[in-house]
Amino acid sequence: MDAIKDGLSQVDCDVLVIGGGTAGPMAALKVKQNNPKARVVLLEKANVKRSGAISMGMDGLNNAVVPGYATPEQYTKEITIANDGIVDQAPVLKYAERCFEIIQELDRFGIRFQKTGNGDYDVKKVHHLGTYVLPMPNGDTVKKALYRQLRREQVLISNRYMATRLLTAPDGRIAGAIAVNTRSAEFLVLRAKAVILCLGAAGRLGLPQSGYLWGTYENATNSGDGYAMAFHAGAALANLECYQINPLIKDYNGPACAYVAGPFGAYTANAEGNRFIESDYWSGQMMQEFYNELQSGKGPVFLKLNHLHPDTVGEIETILHKVERPSRGRFHATRGTDYREKMIEMHISEIGFCSGHSASGVFVDEFARTTVQGLYAAGDMANVPHNYMLGAFTNGAVAGEHAASYIGEVDLPEIDAEFIAKERARVLAPTKREDGIPPNQLEYKTRRFVNDYLQPPKVTARMKIGQQRFAEIREDLDTAMVARDSHELMRALEIASILDCADMAAHASLFRTESRWGLYHNRVEYPEKDDENWFCHTLLRKKDGRMVSEKQPIAPYSVPIEDEERGAYDQLRVRKQA
Amino acid sequence: MPLAFSPTTVPVVVDDAKCIAEKGCTVCVDVCPLDVLRISEETGKAYMKYDECWYCMPCEADCPTGAVTVNIPYLLR
Repeated sequence: MDAIKDGLSQVDCDVLVIGGGTAGPMAALKVKQNNPKARVVLLEKANVKRSGAISMGMDGLNNAVVPGYATPEQYTKEITIANDGIVDQAPVLKYAERCFEIIQELDRFGIRFQKTGNGDYDVKKVHHLGTYVLPMPNGDTVKKALYRQLRREQVLISNRYMATRLLTAPDGRIAGAIAVNTRSAEFLVLRAKAVILCLGAAGRLGLPQSGYLWGTYENATNSGDGYAMAFHAGAALANLECYQINPLIKDYNGPACAYVAGPFGAYTANAEGNRFIESDYWSGQMMQEFYNELQSGKGPVFLKLNHLHPDTVGEIETILHKVERPSRGRFHATRGTDYREKMIEMHISEIGFCSGHSASGVFVDEFARTTVQGLYAAGDMANVPHNYMLGAFTNGAVAGEHAASYIGEVDLPEIDAEFIAKERARVLAPTKREDGIPPNQLEYKTRRFVNDYLQPPKVTARMKIGQQRFAEIREDLDTAMVARDSHELMRALEIASILDCADMAAHASLFRTESRWGLYHNRVEYPEKDDENWFCHTLLRKKDGRMVSEKQPIAPYSVPIEDEERGAYDQLRVRKQA
Repeated sequence: MPLAFSPTTVPVVVDDAKCIAEKGCTVCVDVCPLDVLRISEETGKAYMKYDECWYCMPCEADCPTGAVTVNIPYLLR
């Protein structure tokens, strides 16, 4: 295993789904359900059985729009306000209208959701305004349940293949992708009528405080390959300056799960044990308050459970130590931390891109279509805000359904042999060198500079120095990177994606000359929100080989937001008691 | 510039007495999202070849004999 072999084969299919985590399997299933004759390939860098952000399952749904608890219009309003208005409501409303039916389908797959004694879904309130959090008592079975469905529908699964570039036809529409085997370096060309990108977050962008490259908040396999591929194929990416930054357990760097513990009475507190934010629901404004408290004399920040009854804490532990990031219990045990006695030190994560918790990503409409014909995107990498797991499932379904009918309208596109030959040479270049810089050093250096120069509060001069450093690293990557086996080659390709994402983060952040989304785009020289000039999306894309950004108007709202509602997320800090 | 060998203590530990990789089992190698486990040609047992661990635990959870333990990487502990 891992020796570099020479090989190239080609597969033709109707729909190629790249990424077998959450959105991808659902997209593949929906193509087959709607068009059983369609030839669907699901390509995965790891193994579909345990890949993606939910490899160990999930504790619950953060954004369930369940009749009786919330309406699609209420949810759309909440998401619009939480994102400072920079939202095309159509895909949000589509999600909100469709997600209940997806919950019921997941329930039929065997992924059960918590119900009350009356048999109703037991939805909890965590958000600032509405009620959307639905626990999943057997959330550790999600991936297994999905895998069973994929086998049933006879989706062709290709594990351990990493897509490196998308193929486009002479008329500009999508034509497939090139992939490389991560254990043999053999190439696979996939010619397809439609491609659905579900490659997850750019989670290996900033460097965690520990300095361990793999100790990231997001699954460390999610190196931003989808953002890079979409960019190189000419697709537009929206609002990348709206970073993802999450509250977390310091050093462990995994979620503190205030959403899980909150309904039981736990909360985020300062060193004095006092609340400082009104709502634990994540938004840029909440993260700014978190950051302010961390920097203040009342910092650092903690998750507080030690006021709860020991039985309640036990119940919370059972959830937190079983799913999503189960090694959390082991981390606390190593340090002798007991939730019943001590508060747990929290911090904020390194920066990344992830619409699951934030808002930026590949620009899509209400059918999950990108700006490239035949190319779709869903899940953490598409720009539908605050997607979470249920958004990945639902928007994956939306993409799969649309692609299932689209493939009936088009022929298999032409592919460009010369482009494929060039891409093969680019990918294999680090394996042809006897000597040079290994990927792990290029990655460490890139991500350290991401922290030094791109992390908010954002300063223009600093970000420009960052761009200079990234250009120097790119030169090294192009001329001196060495990969000794196919595993290292995967890492070498990942650092290329990371560097592309770093450049996009800097470019997008410099373009928007205002502050918005709280900490996510806190620009020191432009401290105010400037609705007059910047109440718009920013779209970044590759034009004539160069990175460009432009403004795009927000589509007119279908769910109106009253003036007095707009600021609801601006006043999250707990007011002093009179 | 030759490449140096930098030692690290790896988070994933395999109990050789329990591991049945020599009988053809590759479950832990198959499920690892970061693909960091391999079967040793010398011992016939699974081991962590690359120190690139997200401490996510499928290797431990799916091992049929309970041979795999995931520890928190030292830098985070």
